Amino acid sequence: MTRLQINGEVRNADVPADMPLLWVLRDVLGLTGTKFGCGIGQCGACTVHLGGKPARSCLLPVGLIGEREVTTIEGVGATLAGAKVQKAWLGVEVIQCGYCQSGQIMSAAALLAGTPNPDDSDIDAAMAGNLCRCGTYLRIRDAIKRAAASR
Amino acid sequence: MEIIPARSIVPGEVADPSRREILKAGLAAGGALLLGFHVPLGEGRATQSHTSTHEFAPNAFIRIDRQGQITLIMPQVEMGQGVYTSVPMILAEELDAAFDQVALEAAPPNDALYGNPVFHIQVTGNSNSIRAFWIPLRKAGAGARVMLVEAAAQMWGVDPAGCRTNNSEVFHEASGRRLPYAALVDRAAKLTPPQDAPLKSVADFKLIGKPLKRLDTPDKAKGTALYGIDMLPEGVKFATLAACPVFGGRVGHVDDRVAKIIPGVRQIVVLDDLVAVVGDHTWAAKQGLDALNITWSEGPNARVTQADVWNQIRAASQREGVVAKTLGDAEKGLAQGDRMDADYELPFLAHAPMEPMNCTVHVRPDACEVWVGSQVVSRAQAIAAKVTGLPLEKVIVHNQLIGGGFGRRLEVDGVEKSARIAKEVDSPVKVVWSREEDVQHDLYRPVYHDRMTATLSSGRIVGWRHRIAGSAVIARWLPPAFQHGIDIDAVDSAVDMPYDIPNLRVEYVRDEPPAVPTGFWRGVGPNNNVFAIESFMDELAKKAGRDPIEFRRSMLDKTPRLKAALELVAGKAGWGRPLPPRNGRGVAVQPSFGSYIATVAEVEVDRSGEVSVRRIVTAVDTGIVVNPDTVVAQLQGGLIFGLTAAFYGEVTIDRGRIQQSNFHDYRMLRIDEVPAIEVHIIQSGEAPGGIGETGVTASLPAVRNAIFAATGIPLRRMPIDRDVLAERKSV
Ligand code: FES
Ligand code: FES
Repeated sequence: MTRLQINGEVRNADVPADMPLLWVLRDVLGLTGTKFGCGIGQCGACTVHLGGKPARSCLLPVGLIGEREVTTIEGVGATLAGAKVQKAWLGVEVIQCGYCQSGQIMSAAALLAGTPNPDDSDIDAAMAGNLCRCGTYLRIRDAIKRAAASR
Repeated sequence: MEIIPARSIVPGEVADPSRREILKAGLAAGGALLLGFHVPLGEGRATQSHTSTHEFAPNAFIRIDRQGQITLIMPQVEMGQGVYTSVPMILAEELDAAFDQVALEAAPPNDALYGNPVFHIQVTGNSNSIRAFWIPLRKAGAGARVMLVEAAAQMWGVDPAGCRTNNSEVFHEASGRRLPYAALVDRAAKLTPPQDAPLKSVADFKLIGKPLKRLDTPDKAKGTALYGIDMLPEGVKFATLAACPVFGGRVGHVDDRVAKIIPGVRQIVVLDDLVAVVGDHTWAAKQGLDALNITWSEGPNARVTQADVWNQIRAASQREGVVAKTLGDAEKGLAQGDRMDADYELPFLAHAPMEPMNCTVHVRPDACEVWVGSQVVSRAQAIAAKVTGLPLEKVIVHNQLIGGGFGRRLEVDGVEKSARIAKEVDSPVKVVWSREEDVQHDLYRPVYHDRMTATLSSGRIVGWRHRIAGSAVIARWLPPAFQHGIDIDAVDSAVDMPYDIPNLRVEYVRDEPPAVPTGFWRGVGPNNNVFAIESFMDELAKKAGRDPIEFRRSMLDKTPRLKAALELVAGKAGWGRPLPPRNGRGVAVQPSFGSYIATVAEVEVDRSGEVSVRRIVTAVDTGIVVNPDTVVAQLQGGLIFGLTAAFYGEVTIDRGRIQQSNFHDYRMLRIDEVPAIEVHIIQSGEAPGGIGETGVTASLPAVRNAIFAATGIPLRRMPIDRDVLAERKSV
């Protein structure tokens, strides 16, 4: 039995230790906000926070998580940076199909938590691992700046 | 028999009063006023219609309940393009409904009730949701409004002419009385619907034209929106699959000894052409699949290579094609003046929407349930019925939000495979494609080869021949629309090319590539034709010694909306302002999907051949704009989608297999590669045009022409070949 702390709650899952967190969240715990896009760390759709840092859950065996807190898109709104990002995302109307956006929001929230006033190169570095097939990148950049400027 | 092919209806014709919608009304169970509209379709509906044709069955509904809740049953699916906001805006406008009271419900599969007025089947594609539903939805809204006014006037004993509506209320001007729509539902339902309720004039629009916030995005930002891949019906198992990597191949032998003992693996389903592993979760299923030792019987396609594809289409393009359009005397025109020939090519492309292909199916002896995000929900239902042998009404399809369609979800191969797997499984089963399987078993944007010939005399084009060789996707997807050997999609934007040329011929040569299945891909036929035409126009301008914008402008008198867009974009982009060496600006125009768009791209090409796009400016006349923010978003996204194709887009086949597999070798543009994009919307009172695909079509030729301006090198195929652009070392 693997014991996980997710979004401030303790969750237990009877899964193999090498199972990536992504599938534990989606298939076992029913937290489907975290998305599957590539399975090989190329797209960022599966991004969660592990101890506040962005992590690709498709490549993260649950057995390696230990005591570190997991935050998913369902819980990130409870963090200051997450709430700001979600609000800015709607204010700028970033989202199209939305499938990549859980991952985008998680990456952006982690960026702002560590770098409250990111410049363009910070945004590039933090967000280049998140693909968006709908091409919402320009608005993502605007929304991150708006979130950074908000109180 | 009259078939209405997809592209034969231009926006203006949708408003044709002879195609009058007949309004029907009634009181639904629960006391809601139901109002539907019906577009008489005549014979020749190009569809596998499965309900008996009720002559006056409505094809969409408005429902107003006694609490004032207004519900629109949405025949169009939301896949990011914003129709879950723009379509209800149209309805709410004519109904004078408070927009925050409009709710949406996805339509169940039923072509007769919810068929797209252009295609006659339930389809979301071809950038036509707004174009197709513009007039029908307005009439439905206006008809309901007239009935609500009539009901109020009756209750008050006044003349309806003295009443007006606003914000879901009817007002009587003289007495100051008012009643909410909710209070009028019962009385309105007993009235006879008007057949010709007056539509608002553009000047009276209150919602249309406003950048309203989208209704679908708050849940998407919270992670609570559900896509097909998020379905978890009670007792669901998880599966993933491998189809024979060679198109058309079969399963030979499967050794499952190792796979079977992997914890969580429940079942191994071996079908004729694919193998699936069912598990307690996707991880078990994936591990099980990886542990199988499968021997494929690859069949005749195992020898097909990309060279075969190119050789075949190049040979095909030497043949004379079916004439799709002729003007003046092309032979004579091509015999005079300075002649120029150029061939252009585009590669296969996969769709790769961020949500991989998936479908959840529960087959029971007496019924079947399907959870999927589909652009063609009635086809999804029909294929599941066919696979299971159940009657249509026993197949329930729950259509979901789509995590990117781009044409991929106009196909039901995924539903078909999933239903075949589910037939072997005792519980609901969610089948999720790995990204590799998604990329390698797509229906690809076809390869195209375009042979262009033109003659110039006194700086003008006097003769033009455009021969398009490529797959006829329409012939497979909508056979009745494939007539006289012409694929109306493959020649779209070529037969209606915008320039004023006296002698012209457009030909089409159908060439189905060996082994590789083809399908619609965002931008469809115009992607190819606009690329070939606009690339060729730049080469002709250079030969004529004329500026690319001036050259085009002088031939656009018959297309004034496009000419205006071109003039606007030239100014906004600073056309003609000097640029540093190896920098260039390129222009492209297009009259595609009922929208008139001119685009200028600015690029820099470094000495190693790396191209950076600095800026894209686009001017668009898409007629009346329903939601301007959505138009801008769709153009931004479409332009970026096109840049991905220009920079990285190529799928190739070797030994019958697709060689690309995931985002490391089928790359997408990332945030650090995206240029600044400016979109300028031209005010217009014309009927709305399509917008979702236009950006894709625009960016390839604009960037290609900018590279031409920067380097003098005329690229004739996509994606961009850096080696060709690298500066040769001087010897
Ligand atoms: S699914 Fe994890 S990075 Fe793509
Ligand atoms: S919004 Fe569709 S993939 Fe990003």
